[in-house]
Amino acid sequence: MEMALKLASIFFTMILVDNYVLAKFLGICPFLGVSKKLDSAVGMSLAVTFVMVMATAATWPIYTFVLSPAYAAGTSRDLGYLQTIVFILIIAILVQLLENFLKKFVPALYKALGVYLPLITTNCTILGVTILNLDNGYNFVESIVCAAGAGIGFLVAMVLFSGVRRRVEQAITPKCFEGLPITLVAAAVTSLSFMGFGGIVDAIFKV
Amino acid sequence: MSNNSKLKILTNGFLNENPVLRLVLGTCPTLAVTSMASNGIGMGLAATFVLICSNIVISALRKIIPDQVRIPCYITVIAGFVSVVQMLVKAYVPDLDKALGVYLPLIVVNCIILGRAEMFASKNGVVDSALDGLGMGIGFTITLVVMGSIREILGSGTWMAGLGSLIPALGADFAIQVIPESIDPFTIMTSAPGGFFVFGILMAGATWLTSRPKKSEKSAEAVEGGNA
Repeated sequence: MEMALKLASIFFTMILVDNYVLAKFLGICPFLGVSKKLDSAVGMSLAVTFVMVMATAATWPIYTFVLSPAYAAGTSRDLGYLQTIVFILIIAILVQLLENFLKKFVPALYKALGVYLPLITTNCTILGVTILNLDNGYNFVESIVCAAGAGIGFLVAMVLFSGVRRRVEQAITPKCFEGLPITLVAAAVTSLSFMGFGGIVDAIFKV
Repeated sequence: MSNNSKLKILTNGFLNENPVLRLVLGTCPTLAVTSMASNGIGMGLAATFVLICSNIVISALRKIIPDQVRIPCYITVIAGFVSVVQMLVKAYVPDLDKALGVYLPLIVVNCIILGRAEMFASKNGVVDSALDGLGMGIGFTITLVVMGSIREILGSGTWMAGLGSLIPALGADFAIQVIPESIDPFTIMTSAPGGFFVFGILMAGATWLTSRPKKSEKSAEAVEGGNA
């Protein structure tokens, strides 16, 4: 029970309080680039969520059982410094594998996600979630839940913002604010509204 | 190539092709680390180092790297230099390492670096690429410092707090009090919404500055098309 509460608390914290886009500034490029239309926003977020969970499932064991200094204690090897290189390569390989797999076996999903898949390698939310999971000392299950929460949080931010953006684009703005600058100001307001969730998760799932 | 065009490559990154404000690359670290001006300096210098080194190596290898696998190759080169920076920062400026946190390893996926590798270093010589890296890095650093200054002065009333960890001679608790302590600071500026807001205003300012004298219509499109 306590475990379930903790997992739920991690999950909802990632969505509402520590939202990667609106509170931690990760994944701003796709947030600004792909949030113009609702369906592409949803497609991108689903692809990101999927890769995030897969990447966490792959990097957590590799770090813990191969690279981590704690595991290597007592032996002469310490591969902790390889973390960044190994992680980004794992993510790149994973995205490539996923692309080939979907192309062959789920062509419909491949078509829907197609354009966004290659972009995901350089999406900082993926590398961010894998590194933050280890920094926070989460175990395997907590890491997976955290990655799923981060992905859903990304989805929520993208969907909400694509709605905000449709309104903003019809508004009349000063010439130099046209395009991205006014979009960023709108993002500030969206992010401000998410600040209202601060503390809510701790209050609900008091562990 | 004449000296004039070399200078142009270098200064291009300052305003006209400012990576953050005009090309809209590397927005994540820009927003995340600029709650304090000194973090901006640290992040800017770290990214500049990686940018110059990876531009040099990628431009030197541009004829060897096969076209189909160029992106993984670029990322591996960049990740190597990021690890070097990470170790250097951890060893010599541990406070900065703590302040930048996860954003330090995330320089790997900073689109400025991969973007310049793809747009510039893969097509130009070693010297030009190094200059381009330096110019872009300086443009990035200037933007971070300007943004960090605005957010820090409005948000906490001080300026350059934490610079002591970069330059030990200044002492650990160096800070310039800009707004007197008796006035409550505008705290929201240092948190997430303030970041988006200041970034939007700065970007509008850069658009205004670069498009005003020429009265050209191109600038709005350049901003719009920069992100992916």
